Amino acid sequence: MVSLILVNGLTLGSMFALLAIGFSLVFGVARIMNMSHTAFYMVASFMIFSGVNYLKLSLLTASILAILLTAALGMLCYKLLFDRIKEHETAVMIISLALAILFQEICLLFFGGHLRSIPPFVKGSFEILECRITYQQAFTFMTVFIVIGGMYLLLLKTRLGLAIKAVAQDREIANLMGIDVSRICMIITGLSAGLAGLAACLLAPIYMIEPHRWLQSLVMILAVVVLGGLGSIKGSIIAAFILGLSESAVIFLIPGGSFLRGSISLSVMIAVILIRPEGLFGVKFEEERL
Amino acid sequence: MQPVKIKIYFLAALILVLFVSVKPVHAKPVNEIKIGIMGTMKMLMGEHQWMGAELAAEEINKAGGITVAGKTYAINLVKVDDNNMLSISDAISAIERAITLNKVDFLIGGMRSEAILAQQEIMAEHKVIWLNAVSASLELTRRIARDYDKYKYWFRTSCLNAKYVGAIIFANIEMVAQKVRDELGIDVPRVAVIAEKVMWPDPIIAAAKKDFPKMGLEFIGAWRPSSHAIDTSAELLAIKRAGAHIILTIGSGPVDTIWSKQYGELQIPAAMVGVNSDAGRKEFWADSNGNCNYLLISTIIANLSNDNFFEKYSKKYNTDPIGPALTYEAVYILKEAIERAGTLKTDSLIEALEKTCYHSFRGKISFYPKGHDTPHDLMWGPGYVTGFGLQWQDGKLALVWPVGEPVLGDKRWKGIRYDEETVEYKLPPRMIKYWKAKKK
Repeated sequence: MVSLILVNGLTLGSMFALLAIGFSLVFGVARIMNMSHTAFYMVASFMIFSGVNYLKLSLLTASILAILLTAALGMLCYKLLFDRIKEHETAVMIISLALAILFQEICLLFFGGHLRSIPPFVKGSFEILECRITYQQAFTFMTVFIVIGGMYLLLLKTRLGLAIKAVAQDREIANLMGIDVSRICMIITGLSAGLAGLAACLLAPIYMIEPHRWLQSLVMILAVVVLGGLGSIKGSIIAAFILGLSESAVIFLIPGGSFLRGSISLSVMIAVILIRPEGLFGVKFEEERL
Repeated sequence: MQPVKIKIYFLAALILVLFVSVKPVHAKPVNEIKIGIMGTMKMLMGEHQWMGAELAAEEINKAGGITVAGKTYAINLVKVDDNNMLSISDAISAIERAITLNKVDFLIGGMRSEAILAQQEIMAEHKVIWLNAVSASLELTRRIARDYDKYKYWFRTSCLNAKYVGAIIFANIEMVAQKVRDELGIDVPRVAVIAEKVMWPDPIIAAAKKDFPKMGLEFIGAWRPSSHAIDTSAELLAIKRAGAHIILTIGSGPVDTIWSKQYGELQIPAAMVGVNSDAGRKEFWADSNGNCNYLLISTIIANLSNDNFFEKYSKKYNTDPIGPALTYEAVYILKEAIERAGTLKTDSLIEALEKTCYHSFRGKISFYPKGHDTPHDLMWGPGYVTGFGLQWQDGKLALVWPVGEPVLGDKRWKGIRYDEETVEYKLPPRMIKYWKAKKK
């Protein structure tokens, strides 16, 4: 039983982590609470679906195109919407929510409310510690660590990374040092949307896609980033695995209550927040205001 | 602003106001019967509800419409997008709007028992006859028994109630369990339930707990994911760990699509049987990447060679009908009742509907009478609507039940078999391999 909870929880956690990294990144740097993050994921999923089914592209080509187009869409949204109101965090949050609903309605218009599926990159499954997981799930798990590695390389080894860190630490000082803050924020929003696109390539074949599906994922992602500490990528990853394990434990330990998986893991988040309001790795709210 | 521009804007606004006020938006032409078709129109269920009704209305209108006391009426369908799958308050507003604003004469469709319970209050207030498409909760008709005068306007025309849906599932499970006994030598197969966490599966689960031991089965637990869950892998793995030979599925929402797909992906070594609303579409094989292979669907609709409904439907919409498309029959049932009653008066029509004897490809359609514990429910059993068992067998949806054998000890089922196309149910080969290896 323990091994099953562990393996399944880690698999679930990696899926949450993949979505949460992009959300955390854009909040940590651009201070944008992007509620449309999972809607970007949904849009990218439909792009892959259309590429494979209507344009008859290979899965790989459709996926790469979807990542690039979603990143471009993210940057466009930043330039047209967020950039103008970025100083008003609540307005940004509401606008991004409206954007998500707009994406949902557009997808509904073109694709209807049907559940669609995308073929996996790697077919088949294997057993580990009595727990059967698909190759696609294992692939997703590994990709999380590749993405983390890539992020650290970007932040630590490149000039862009240096500029991103400077903006994340203090926008005004970064601006005074000659960094184009708006441009950095736009790049980060694009990168974050691109990560949502990558998540779509990996997760859409596991789950099915449907225009309303972004909302459930958003709730979980919000729980992950709040638990991990807003803006902390490290915190988001650890929180994703904590919530993945909690959900898995609920299903294995309370069969009749598996519908409670979301609410129990959200309760875990509330419990942690009560003890540590800034989340596991977040900056204290008081410090943030200074 | 320049005066000319102001004039143009003013003129445009005036034209707009005149256009909106003059156009008779909701005026009803003479000799027309307006039927509101309710459903979540951007989702699969709602789309089929609309398409089924549309096909019937077109056929009826083409054949001359509905004749009432020598007068001919054309059917005019009104699309009522009630969003029942996502919001009960939207569903309530939609029915209210359909009755008061669109002035519909009748209602057909609707789904999700929780939404229907709330919508029935509006129906009762306005005294509008409503033939429902797919919602199975017993409470929907039990309340008619308790307060006939208030709720008598509601008829369950397409779907069976949860008790009879449960009976079809149990009959299918009886067949599968026998196969497990015969092929795997397991005397008491273990059955796990995976059911969406909504209202209608509750009595089926209660009956499973109570009746499975009498059927020589062991009930090992019920897993209840949310009807909108996006992942059921943990539930399926937990069921596998619990040692289930058979998985009883009860779902009518998006979640059953997920478990039908993950069942194959995770190579679950058990037979999956039950209600999986989406899995009855021919496109589902591709949608699930073939992972639904060996899934057995207990359903109310099947493509039988003695009927051309599927052919007509597929030709028009390029897809096979699923349960909600039985709004097709509901329109015909209403037409027949109106013509028999010879009036559009509500009480006379209710009386006529109660005497319905409509011969459908899936059996005779009649309703339980006033005085029954679930009046206005579809009659179920030999001679009436029976339901079907369809199994995915290597890309083909095969009819595997009824097989002409007694069902749950009821000998009236002997000989009940729809056509020559009925084939034998197959256990998934991975299941046979797994349990045979486990025995060694």
